[in-house]
Amino acid sequence: MEKIKLVEATQMKSGIPDFSSGDVLNVHVRVIEGDKERIQQFQGVVIARHGAGMNATFTIRKVSDGVGVERIFPVHSPRLAKIEKVKEGHVRRAKLYYVRKLAAKAIRQKTNA
Amino acid sequence: MTSIFDESGQVIPCTVIEAGPCYVTQIRTKERDGYEAVQLGFGEKKERLVSKPLRGHFAKAGAKLARVVREFRGNGIAEMQPGQEFTVDRVFAKGDVVKVVGTSKGRGFQGVVKRHHFGGGARTHGQSDRMRAPGSIGSSSYPSRVFKGQRMAGRMGGTQITVRNLTVVGVIADSNLLLIKGSVPGAVNGVVEIHKLTTQQ
Repeated sequence: MEKIKLVEATQMKSGIPDFSSGDVLNVHVRVIEGDKERIQQFQGVVIARHGAGMNATFTIRKVSDGVGVERIFPVHSPRLAKIEKVKEGHVRRAKLYYVRKLAAKAIRQKTNA
Repeated sequence: MTSIFDESGQVIPCTVIEAGPCYVTQIRTKERDGYEAVQLGFGEKKERLVSKPLRGHFAKAGAKLARVVREFRGNGIAEMQPGQEFTVDRVFAKGDVVKVVGTSKGRGFQGVVKRHHFGGGARTHGQSDRMRAPGSIGSSSYPSRVFKGQRMAGRMGGTQITVRNLTVVGVIADSNLLLIKGSVPGAVNGVVEIHKLTTQQ
């Protein structure tokens, strides 16, 4: 088992901010188009963190032009240039799947953000 | 198993295998043994746990007391020397296609639904005790027997399984680790044979 940790250690990033469900994050995603690379920002509420170590992921939800958009990112993905914590939220649950049914204002109130 | 990211940031599921160092314990030759092969030893064993004849066998080759000994056929055996060391990076490189032979996890005595993927019976329509039953095992007066090979409940797993066409996604030379895309047969810390394939099979 230590051998697996050895391999994972080479893959894992350091300096990832400590964040949890309810926080608002701004994620800088590297987008490769042809031979060009640019940064795309995706800002929204963390509604879930999943897994541990190398396989950890998090789900971010934002409402774009009235349409809810959710993206799942691996925490240690090299495609993520930067994870920025915009606001700290205060929630009572680890998984905020119920916010999908709520209006934008209600989400703000729920997450205290 | 774990996963790694490739150059494009894709997640690749992979198995970490400690592949070496292996030592040549014997060379089988056409003249002496009737076939050509190289006998490799892997792992270490305490001296008191190795039988005296085996100890002599390893001493003759100048190799360490190995936990596992396996024979491999292939090219370039004539140039090998007893006692020669093989590290993972000498044999494998990233992108190689391999087959992995191992002993699958033992499942014990299992019914036909798990063992042979039978559908089982109906849960409703007045059935009782038929949910995971095998159903009919053949006709009646002719042939008045059950055909050989009829799939039934029994011991499952613990047999030799070969998985072909797996790709090497990484080699870590200093700790002798091999990263293979996908899963391999057997339990954690089990022993497997890894064969390099020259062509896809």
